[in-house]
Amino acid sequence: MAEGLLGMERLRSKIGVEWEPKVCQIEREMVRRFARAVGDPNPLWQDGAIAPPTFILAIGFEQFVEDLTALAPFGTVLMGGTEIECYQPIRLGDVITASFKISSLRERQGKTGKMAFMTFDSSYKNQRQELVAKCRQMVIGY
Amino acid sequence: MTEQLYYEDVTIGSEITPLVKQPTTRQLVMWAGAVGDYLPIHYDKDFAQSRGLSGVIVHGQLVGAFLGQLVTDWIGERGTLRKLSCSYKGMNYPGEAITFKGRVTKKYVQNGQHYVECGLWAENSKGEKTASGVAIVGLPSRG
Repeated sequence: MAEGLLGMERLRSKIGVEWEPKVCQIEREMVRRFARAVGDPNPLWQDGAIAPPTFILAIGFEQFVEDLTALAPFGTVLMGGTEIECYQPIRLGDVITASFKISSLRERQGKTGKMAFMTFDSSYKNQRQELVAKCRQMVIGY
Repeated sequence: MTEQLYYEDVTIGSEITPLVKQPTTRQLVMWAGAVGDYLPIHYDKDFAQSRGLSGVIVHGQLVGAFLGQLVTDWIGERGTLRKLSCSYKGMNYPGEAITFKGRVTKKYVQNGQHYVECGLWAENSKGEKTASGVAIVGLPSRG
């Protein structure tokens, strides 16, 4: 791929465009499984009634990676950074709609060839259309 | 849980109680399942090496979640994490200890709410910073 990365034009055409939203109903076991995976014993989330602030990372991520790699068939992606803003806790039974969009894209020469540096913005609303969180992620594809 | 932290308890330069994690490959699999991150660089050594890594790596976002735990452990039940940013600067490998640390950089009152800003970072066992970040938290006041 000396000429560049496949799918970059497709990605570029998506800058600023919201992807198909991901809808997720928050179940007790999802929150507990998340807390166990982190190894976080905080009693606030042990019964799954309230999710830890970083739980939004679990919402829509699988579909997001599938959508991204369908557009641009990277060998892999690495996370470069994450910024989360929390407006209210996510609670058991909430139905969260996550909207993702790519907000910037750069192609650079890396050690192993061309790399794409992407910034994604996502926002998370509950069933009352209240904004519960926003997230910005720096993603490197190569 | 430690006792509740109040705005008045915090001074600039105060250190956050460090958090030590030693994620195993099993924990990476648990994280993969919990968030739906099935990128093979986190479980397939041969694949990870084919992408120029020395082995499977800890998910950056798991490191972010550890930083989140560092902060939520510290602020207690009545504290609220408003903002968490982290930048992943180096790779963490399973089996290696990672120590998460933080220090208060700013405290202020805005619209009657009490806020504290902290610098955060992660160190591997060689003392190298593999991630750094910033948190803004709201704390109760003894007012």
